[in-house]
Amino acid sequence: MTIADPRDTGVQRLPFDLARIRRDFPILKREIAPGVPLVYLDNAATSQKPVQVIAELTRFYRDHNANIHRGVHTLSVESTELYEAARAKVARFINAPKTEEIIFTRNTTESLNLVAHAWARKFLHEGDEVVISEIEHHSNIVPWQMLRDARGIVLRYIPMLPDGTLDLDAARKIIGPRTKLLSITAMSNALGTIVSLEVLVPLAKAQGAVVMVDGAQSVPHLPVDVQALDIDFLAFSAHKMLGPTGIGILWGKMALLDAMDPFLGGGDMILTVNMERSTWADVPAKFEAGTPNVADAIAFGAAIDYLDALGMDAVREHEREITDYALRRLADVPGVSIFGPMDADLRGGVISFELEGVHPHDIGQVLDTRGVAIRTGHHCAQPVMLALNVPATARASFYLYNTTDEVDKLAASLQEVTRFFGGGR
Amino acid sequence: MEDLYREIILDHYRQPRNRHAIESPSCSADGSNPLCGDQVTVAVVVDGDRITEIGFSGQGCSISQASASMMTEYVRGRTVAEARAGVDAFQQMMTTGTVAGLEGFDDIDALVGVAKFPARVKCASLAWKTLEQALNEGGAPVTTPVTTDERNSNG
Ligand SMILES: Cc1ncc(COP(=O)(O)O)c(C=O)c1O
Repeated sequence: MTIADPRDTGVQRLPFDLARIRRDFPILKREIAPGVPLVYLDNAATSQKPVQVIAELTRFYRDHNANIHRGVHTLSVESTELYEAARAKVARFINAPKTEEIIFTRNTTESLNLVAHAWARKFLHEGDEVVISEIEHHSNIVPWQMLRDARGIVLRYIPMLPDGTLDLDAARKIIGPRTKLLSITAMSNALGTIVSLEVLVPLAKAQGAVVMVDGAQSVPHLPVDVQALDIDFLAFSAHKMLGPTGIGILWGKMALLDAMDPFLGGGDMILTVNMERSTWADVPAKFEAGTPNVADAIAFGAAIDYLDALGMDAVREHEREITDYALRRLADVPGVSIFGPMDADLRGGVISFELEGVHPHDIGQVLDTRGVAIRTGHHCAQPVMLALNVPATARASFYLYNTTDEVDKLAASLQEVTRFFGGGR
Repeated sequence: MEDLYREIILDHYRQPRNRHAIESPSCSADGSNPLCGDQVTVAVVVDGDRITEIGFSGQGCSISQASASMMTEYVRGRTVAEARAGVDAFQQMMTTGTVAGLEGFDDIDALVGVAKFPARVKCASLAWKTLEQALNEGGAPVTTPVTTDERNSNG
């Protein structure tokens, strides 16, 4: 049975049926040891893939494989059409005004670096300020530090408050007339904090700054509409939203993309080449030098179809419920302290925690023997660890296929960890 | 799991030996695994060619801290050459997964199981590499090479 979506023609909505969803993910049937089923709680790192995506990848290689934009033969035409159809799906998914504004990259990191190279190096000058935050992933810190060292721009950080949210009062002081770019995550991968873009974006816009959003965690888990957000660039990765590895997205406003120089030079990105000089192809080809990752882009289209059919509101609601349940369940486990906001409305499905007297590595290792996969370490967000004054945390992160039973398994396994290491320092 | 967390390891973790500061060390070094947050400082007193005192401090997982405790027990009272041989033997154990047979100190053999958990080898090696660094004359802090499974950027 399908339910028609009132807002959107064309997309057939499916009810959010957890049992059916889980059947779509073959890996969820895996056992980590005989009789120990996988409990996959490392979704902020990468998500699992449904059969629909895996099948699309195989179908492409089996039935259509050819290079795109090059041949007149049937397979090349089909490949090109499938690749461009995937681009259109991505555009619709984030409500981009134009399909050509979608650029296929390798991942969020490359998308952020593309803007740092092709936009910021051209348009920012010494003394211009780039504002980021203390809760960024390293991929939204390091490119700006490199730019600072190369170009003399000033890098400023919006600080984090003890509850893991950003200090908006400080942001009002930091974002000023010298701010030329606000590059900010929409959701922290380390703490799950949902960032108040509705406050920060207008602050930056009022100063005439460009706004880039790191959507690596938000686009997979929340409804995202680039026009409603009033932003200029958005970066995200397919692999965190049911898609394959090796595909990322940069969306940018056409006027900005048009004004930028290419990122890489080579085939597919030129209009003409003679021995003196070349002219650039139009966006998006200008930014897609060389043979792109055709198969994975097309399979990503299948991932988007999957999410579209469920509806991102339903995905968010499921994750909000799981997170709310997990926050309460984990708070009851003796010795557990949770970092970040305690209100599931303020965070995505990410819970960083510590367990008294047990190092995160040891937690992760013991949990693995129970089939429970979590991440331990600094989560590529060392400034957050510094602010929390911990060397590392343990992190459980959820997606649309996780269940409250799995949260119960996590909680029970944590109690075993405490028992096992009991008496530790 | 019992392969990794032998009782003797947990014992060293809970009751670390030689976990104290050294008044005036001959040399010392800091080591860390930035990716996991393990951290160890090793300080030694060398008298002639003999290590007469050794102490460590630090924080980290049970493997890194237990290994540090065992290392200090092994090294204390031995010559610098013997200590260096111990470092080599320990590295050997981590790569081959066969017990080091470090003469007169069986506790260390309990760490042989770590060799089966590539992600944890650097935890176990940290204190030993830090000792080596200290003996090479307390120079640059040791950062044990990062193993591939920890190098991921996947937040
Ligand atoms: C918030 C955030 N930004 C950026 C990244 C980088 O993504 P990728 O490794 O796919 O480039 C991640 C995850 O790794 C993330 O969670």
